[in-house]
Amino acid sequence: MNPREQIFDAVRNHLPAEKIDYPQIPVFQKTITELLPAFEERLLEAGATFFLPADLKEAQQLLVQQHGGGSVICSATPDIKGNRDIRKVKNPHELADVDVGVIRASFGVAENGMVWLTEEDLVVNALGFLSQHLVILLKPTALVADMYDAYVKVSLEDTAYGCFMMGPSATADIGAVLVHGAQGARSLSVYLV
Amino acid sequence: MKVALFIPCYIDAIYPEAGIATYELLQRFGVTVEYPPNQTCCGQPMANEGDQGNSAAAEKLFVQNFSGYDYIVGPAGSCVKHVKQHFDAIPQTDEVKAVRANTWELVEFLHDVLRVDALPWAYFRYKATLHNSCSSIRGLGIAQPSELMGPYFNKSEHLLRMVEGLELVPMDRPDECCGFGGTFCVTDEAVSAKMGLDKIDDYIRNEAEFIISPDMSCLMHQQGIARKAGIDLKFIHIAQVLNGGPF
Amino acid sequence: MAAKRVDPAANAAAFLDQDDIHEPAHDQNLWAARMKRDAAAKAIPEWEELRNIASQIKEHTLTHLDQYLEQFEANATKRGAKIYWARDAAEHNQHVWNILNERKISSIIKSKSMLQEECGMTQFLETRGITVTESDLGERIQQLDNQPPSHIVMPAIHKTPADIAKIFSKAIGTDPDNTDPHYLNEAMREDARKRFLQAGAGMTGANFAIAETGTFVVCTNEGNADIGAAVPRVHIASIGIEKILPKVTDLGIFIRLLSRSALGTLATQYTSHFSGPRKGGELHIIITDNGRSKRLGMDDFWHSLKCIRCGACMNTCPVYRRSGGLSYGATYSGPIGIILDPTFDESKYSELPYHSTLCGSCTDVCPVKIDISDQILRWRKVMAEKKYLPISRRLAFTAAGRIFERPTLFHGVETVASAALKITPHFLLYNRALNPWGRHRELPHFAKQTFREWFMQYKLKNQEDKQQP
Repeated sequence: MNPREQIFDAVRNHLPAEKIDYPQIPVFQKTITELLPAFEERLLEAGATFFLPADLKEAQQLLVQQHGGGSVICSATPDIKGNRDIRKVKNPHELADVDVGVIRASFGVAENGMVWLTEEDLVVNALGFLSQHLVILLKPTALVADMYDAYVKVSLEDTAYGCFMMGPSATADIGAVLVHGAQGARSLSVYLV
Repeated sequence: MKVALFIPCYIDAIYPEAGIATYELLQRFGVTVEYPPNQTCCGQPMANEGDQGNSAAAEKLFVQNFSGYDYIVGPAGSCVKHVKQHFDAIPQTDEVKAVRANTWELVEFLHDVLRVDALPWAYFRYKATLHNSCSSIRGLGIAQPSELMGPYFNKSEHLLRMVEGLELVPMDRPDECCGFGGTFCVTDEAVSAKMGLDKIDDYIRNEAEFIISPDMSCLMHQQGIARKAGIDLKFIHIAQVLNGGPF
Repeated sequence: MAAKRVDPAANAAAFLDQDDIHEPAHDQNLWAARMKRDAAAKAIPEWEELRNIASQIKEHTLTHLDQYLEQFEANATKRGAKIYWARDAAEHNQHVWNILNERKISSIIKSKSMLQEECGMTQFLETRGITVTESDLGERIQQLDNQPPSHIVMPAIHKTPADIAKIFSKAIGTDPDNTDPHYLNEAMREDARKRFLQAGAGMTGANFAIAETGTFVVCTNEGNADIGAAVPRVHIASIGIEKILPKVTDLGIFIRLLSRSALGTLATQYTSHFSGPRKGGELHIIITDNGRSKRLGMDDFWHSLKCIRCGACMNTCPVYRRSGGLSYGATYSGPIGIILDPTFDESKYSELPYHSTLCGSCTDVCPVKIDISDQILRWRKVMAEKKYLPISRRLAFTAAGRIFERPTLFHGVETVASAALKITPHFLLYNRALNPWGRHRELPHFAKQTFREWFMQYKLKNQEDKQQP
């Protein structure tokens, strides 16, 4: 028997006698009714910031205001222009010097301020993690209340990679002090547009 | 109602006043209490060590002593928890099961069975805090554990609120273990002592003069630490406060 | 040769005795996490119901584990991942080595994985010339200090910023006197960035594996697992067979529970779902048993396989907080460690079940309702039955057992002194030579009269009173 068969054999031989049924999962009462204010509040708690530009043009101006002139800006969304073309990236290492990554998220979660980013949204996954700062575009109406709804909405069958991102990178590994910018993005701004 | 009094060995020898208070308190409610004279120990110290062989004899004797009573009441949460929830070193006959089912911790018995709603004789003019033992809280459920989400209740506190003059002060970590843990207090002396010291600090920060508990074993450990450190805190069983003595 | 028995009590005493800084900080930091957990749990009206459901989903999955493993394998394979099966640590490590060796990869960057810790993978690879870099900050601190993680989610929580400043000054040349966590983090970020870009492979563990889609989920706060998976071409994930969940929607329950239980946060900053290799990359999944199937067959202990490695039991454990995780001398520390470690080596870890007061707090915080405290007591029974206990301890209890079984012995001479002597051996004087009770405590004062003596007198007096006209 190969190791695979041996493991299956061992598992089958050791299965507990009593079989437990899969539980009935009730529909829980929603505690959040106003999604956008809750989402905004949770974004701040998670260490992110948010902005409400009137349109994409204003968003583009905001990006320049926020991140100045000399920055390397790489946008994965046609809605915002950067100065590094993600479509030409052959190897993720080429993104090592990106200052600002711009990505459009398909939806956010009001319960905790998460945004859902897939491989298709990121174009190159590393954009979400090598960029020093992130700007996430999100339609203010593209929100779900909580994680129950969020997992109904994700379609893991359709993407090789998807990430719920909740604010910037963080750690409290030194003296239990919260520090942002551990390995991933130092800051995360959500443009609700 | 046929009630037997279960006085654990350390209360018998070190804190007889807690036993006396329990006995008197039950009589105040018109309960006829018998004290089976051949009782020794419920077997908990050995069972907690994992030593089933050596706890079996004590468990067997416990059943002999307490069989046939409607209620077996003991002023010690950890011993009662052992009887009710572990006590499996001997075969589980109907007699054993009945003894286990009929065993009650004093606070539970007063609160749930006698449904005590007044203690007109009780007077205790001190600032005190309540130490419910882990066995009583998480084992017997005499109070809502802080870990579990649900409505607040605390049966010991409910009874103490009927005592005139008593000012109950809260603790920073109300149901944190004090570190007694039976043999743990000697086999893990350093950790046990630190846990006890941290508890004492909590009492001092909150300006308690008395520590009241339904479990004297926790208090024996805490009292030992306070005495060694020269700290003037007084430790007392809840039965003495509810009964109005002996002090 | 049998491994040396771990003495957690002695190790904990050393942790406590080192100074007045480490243990109080450790206790307070972890207690703060427990308080945040309470607040986060309280904000969810269905919290206790969620724990019940999560527990039941895990029990359902474990009692049908063969089916779900097959389903996961089939779906992950369909999505383009390569699946490997490892019966034990050696096979796991060999698979990793083969993957690296075939591709001439000499350096890897890894995120936190308790399974890889369990397998001793880093040491195995290093002896074969592979440079292994931990990318989680806490794990990196521990790696540089040649120590295993002391906590499941806060690996270096037993260290102070001053300790870490010293370690970093030696390793990456920071100022040894600058203990600012922001400064230290920034320095390590710079150092790690180079290593991410040089690594030939990124390694991760997995928090959950979804049978329905062949997806596995990795939760981090730093985003380090995602960099490791997104930058090097090769991603290798180690997954224990117990990590399986049936459906995607199960994650709605488990993600809500995990980080709230661990740190009191609403979720980790990154909850990442891997379903097949990324564009232009390779994905290798090593599904590992390493004692889990055996544990599944242990009637008294299989519920420990429900563990989702949140660390809530450690944060709440009053003994763990005063001991430091390294005191347990094992991959897993704290209450969950006490019930997992003996499944790897009963003799080596035979003292661990005694490093507990059985207070029960661990059972009540556990998000998947593992009966941790009861399992600790059951492990004591195993240790006692198999005679792993030190002989002095066994004799003390034999003596106590003999006294308690005979009322005539117990009450033989009706004096307080005799009662005191007879009941004290088991917890007060059990080790007379060291008399550990008295180190920090005064002996209790024995009463002038036992309760039994009082009662006999009282009864006698009552009878006399009744007989008087």
